[in-house]
Amino acid sequence: MDVVILALVLGVLVAVVFVALLRVRRHPPPLDEQTAEQLADRAPTLDVPGTDAETPAGAPQVAEGAPSVAMPPPAKLSPAERFRTRLGRARSGLGDALASILRGRLDDDAWEELEDSLIAADVGVEATLELVAGLRERVRAEHIRGGPEALALLKEILRLELGVADRSLRWRDDGTTVWLITGVNGTGKTTSIGKIAARETAAGRTVVLAAADTFRAAAADQLERWGERASARVVRQESGADPAAVAFDGWSAASSSGADLLMVDTAGRLQNKRALMDELGKVERVLDREAGHVDEVLLVLDATTGQNGLSQASAFAEAVDVSGVVLTKLDSTAKGGIVIAIQRQLGIPVKLVGLGEDIDDLATFDPDAFVDALFAQATQDVSIEQPTATEDR
Amino acid sequence: MARTHAARGHPDVCDRLRNDCVGSVPAATVIAPDARATRAPAPPPHPFNRWIQPMFDALGDRLEAIFSSLRRGGKLTDEQVNATLREIRLALLEADVNFKVVKAFVSRIRDRAVGAEVHEALNPAQQVIKIVHEELIEILGGMAAPLDLGSRSPAAIMLAGLQGSGKTTAAGKLATLLRKQGRQPLLVACDLQRPAAVEQLRVLGERAGVPVFAPAESGDPVPVARQAMDEARRLGASVVIVDTAGRTNVDEVLMAQATDIKAAVDPAETLFVIDAMIGQEAVTVAKAFQEAVDFTGVILAKLDGDARGGAALSVAEVTGRPIKYASVGEQLEDFEAFHPDRMAGRILGMGDVLTLIEKAEDVYTEQQAKDMESKLVAAEFTLEDFLEQFQQLKKMGPLQGLLGMLPGVGRQLKDLDLDERELVRVEAIIQSMTPEERRKPAILNGKRKKRVARGSGRSAQEVNQLLRSFEQMRGMMKQLGGAKGMKALRGMGDLDLDALAAGGGLPTGVPGMPGIGGLPSGLGAQGGAVPAGGRPRGKTVPKRKRKKQKNRKGKRR
Ligand SMILES: Nc1nc2c(ncn2[C@@H]2O[C@H](COP(=O)(O)OP(=O)(O)OP(=O)(O)O)[C@@H](O)[C@H]2O)c(=O)[nH]1
Ligand SMILES: Nc1nc2c(ncn2[C@@H]2O[C@H](COP(=O)(O)OP(=O)(O)OP(=O)(O)O)[C@@H](O)[C@H]2O)c(=O)[nH]1
Ligand SMILES: [Mg+2]
Ligand SMILES: [Mg+2]
Repeated sequence: MDVVILALVLGVLVAVVFVALLRVRRHPPPLDEQTAEQLADRAPTLDVPGTDAETPAGAPQVAEGAPSVAMPPPAKLSPAERFRTRLGRARSGLGDALASILRGRLDDDAWEELEDSLIAADVGVEATLELVAGLRERVRAEHIRGGPEALALLKEILRLELGVADRSLRWRDDGTTVWLITGVNGTGKTTSIGKIAARETAAGRTVVLAAADTFRAAAADQLERWGERASARVVRQESGADPAAVAFDGWSAASSSGADLLMVDTAGRLQNKRALMDELGKVERVLDREAGHVDEVLLVLDATTGQNGLSQASAFAEAVDVSGVVLTKLDSTAKGGIVIAIQRQLGIPVKLVGLGEDIDDLATFDPDAFVDALFAQATQDVSIEQPTATEDR
Repeated sequence: MARTHAARGHPDVCDRLRNDCVGSVPAATVIAPDARATRAPAPPPHPFNRWIQPMFDALGDRLEAIFSSLRRGGKLTDEQVNATLREIRLALLEADVNFKVVKAFVSRIRDRAVGAEVHEALNPAQQVIKIVHEELIEILGGMAAPLDLGSRSPAAIMLAGLQGSGKTTAAGKLATLLRKQGRQPLLVACDLQRPAAVEQLRVLGERAGVPVFAPAESGDPVPVARQAMDEARRLGASVVIVDTAGRTNVDEVLMAQATDIKAAVDPAETLFVIDAMIGQEAVTVAKAFQEAVDFTGVILAKLDGDARGGAALSVAEVTGRPIKYASVGEQLEDFEAFHPDRMAGRILGMGDVLTLIEKAEDVYTEQQAKDMESKLVAAEFTLEDFLEQFQQLKKMGPLQGLLGMLPGVGRQLKDLDLDERELVRVEAIIQSMTPEERRKPAILNGKRKKRVARGSGRSAQEVNQLLRSFEQMRGMMKQLGGAKGMKALRGMGDLDLDALAAGGGLPTGVPGMPGIGGLPSGLGAQGGAVPAGGRPRGKTVPKRKRKKQKNRKGKRR
């Protein structure tokens, strides 16, 4: 910015470096060695082409499409119906958010509305600008005049972006399938595990849950309640135990009892916490080692999350081999548009969605319903231009 | 907290602005093609860069590009104002500030920026940033708002918010804080919904050394809330902290329940707990909770993450309620009073550089700054200058605090626990040198070094170390001197910091400095969040991942 800042930054840096130097000299080896060890420890997993190759060929047998079997009483909604109705609950359909688009003109206001609605859905500025720029080009090339046609085209583009991914969850031909559930704090990991477990036990599979969140208060108790509800066995240790050890126990219990599925619940961790991300890597490595490989690493993402969701996905993908996203809390007014950026930039597809706190509030991701809902106006709209409450501060 | 709203609502301005950036993809390429181009082929990031980088992607950098052509003392042209506002708008959107809030905000900035005489000692970019910063702080509440529990005893605090936002944890933290202040809190478990929520509060209460009132594990929480006040009187507790279940703003039944709980305890403070990572819906959610429980303050949780936290601005703007606390970790002690100024810098993605600028202006005269610049350019920066620099720096306040103001550095270095006494040692070494030695460290032979070591009470080895790192620093500065301003700083990214690191083992080996080793991608993302930058952020699949994905393909059906 200015030379003053330049000097300042340097000055501060200089100071830090000096202090650091002095300090390193005073207690030198331990941390260095430990770090080196960690690195060495980590290294082999970085290039284990074998791990995946060892997988029995022609693996999964249980199609993801089977959930209708899993859904308890027939009177209930199918997951697809639930997806649509739950999304609809928070939305009034195409409201005045897209008024000028739907009125048919394709003027500047209309383009702005389109952009706004994408941004409002947390799609992100960069992705929005790219998408709308791409759309404008196609609209020009295809001589499209009407707003509704342009909107339809945009939806088609989005569906294509989201639609090609493989959303099936990987199962093993024989032996116990292992899924690792990760994510930042409070996104709905434990709840999603409970819901998935219920779905699978209802389909006649045996499920074991490992409470590898040994950190948060009463996390294992929470998982245990879910285990009771879902008729799944829960493996736990005392609070503060090594999460990798719990995962190990979980695998031992699940494989020796011939369970179909082991799901490992992990503590919420913010992606900028290096030590915690390393800890997660260790859990994955232990499972890789014991179980041959982890079949799914699911990142649980809260639909209300904004642009940080992308940072979450890339950091978790770097730490562990994330294979899919579970998008929770889609029953709220939030639209979860950040998953578009995640799919575009990282190639990680959404596999499941959470639609509430109840045991059956789980569905397979439906890109069509999702894209439609992106453009729906929330019923609770807030007018910013006439602030009311601010005056009485 | 006085605030004017006269200057709101110039949507037409924003629209014009917006139209500029539609159609031509990344906006900044339009503005400053050269500035972007120079950054283009990014060198492989050194861990060090990861925490320096965010500074250069900050808003100030982008504005600098716009203003680079402007002479000092001039007025901002319309065009420049528009380009500036566009950058501000993008920065705010990237930070998750609600787009409607952004519009209202940007039009207010415009009113202030148009015709603003450029401050003599500042360049226009800084002037505009200052205006933005001031406006942000004003919306965020000016000063940190304290908890107001009134005079009634027991006083009640009720917590409410979305699922998983951090209410129960915040309840434990508040209890800890109040206990430290000599109050007798009572925690009340009114989340009878989520499995083991009551147990969670019990554990937290135990850790905090605070009693927990939890007469029920399931059912209706309203009677529990009602009984809680009697229980508090019985126990002689002076503050009742009511934890409630998470609820979605569209869940009418649960929102009504929250209203009922509030009526039952009649709290002095109702705090809305919101996750700092929340996106555009923050306004809708906040508004709904305001209608249901009319909260008196906000707790911004998970601020220890790397989210820019624009939601803070959205919530403050639409509800007018102050943010009272920042929840910054999973431990009960990780709880702070909220600082609007820090948050403003964070939202803009520029740390507290603004406060730094102000502090620097107090300490450095323009002449001093110019002298320093020429010295840097000519690579004449000596140990003597360093000493002087160091002393100036100290005038600006504790180094720890200054560090915290550097964008992207703050949190990671917060734990460094910089002992100012260690700095004194560095100073002592330099002060033990003769002026000539300070100017020409090369003349320091073994004998002289011994003398210096003796004089400063340090070992000869430490003296050597200092000299070596100073040389490395100087090398950096020399390269920096080649270019100017922020562009120069940006150049730091290309420097070989490995040597420096190798010299002292700084990146991985420093106790208490875990962040530096390889600041998690978060930091990169913080800077990287700047959208229009030409940095090719997209479609990068980590190397290892790519390989595995390929392997997986065969396995999939
Ligand atoms: N409305 C709604 N709430 C959900 C959904 N999924 C989870 N929740 C709620 O979100 C809150 C957090 O869920 P948890 O399962 O505890 O989240 P977690 O990720 O395990 O949290 P930590 O382990 O603390 O990091 C709980 O109140 C859940 O009931 C969903 O799909 N919709
Ligand atoms: N890193 C970090 N984690 C936090 C913070 N506050 C809460 N958490 C974590 O976020 C998760 C959810 O926190 P809770 O306090 O259970 O949230 P809640 O709002 O009570 O959740 P529900 O009762 O399920 O709605 C837990 O894993 C907490 O440890 C914070 O400031 N920083
Ligand atoms: Mg959990
Ligand atoms: Mg809670």
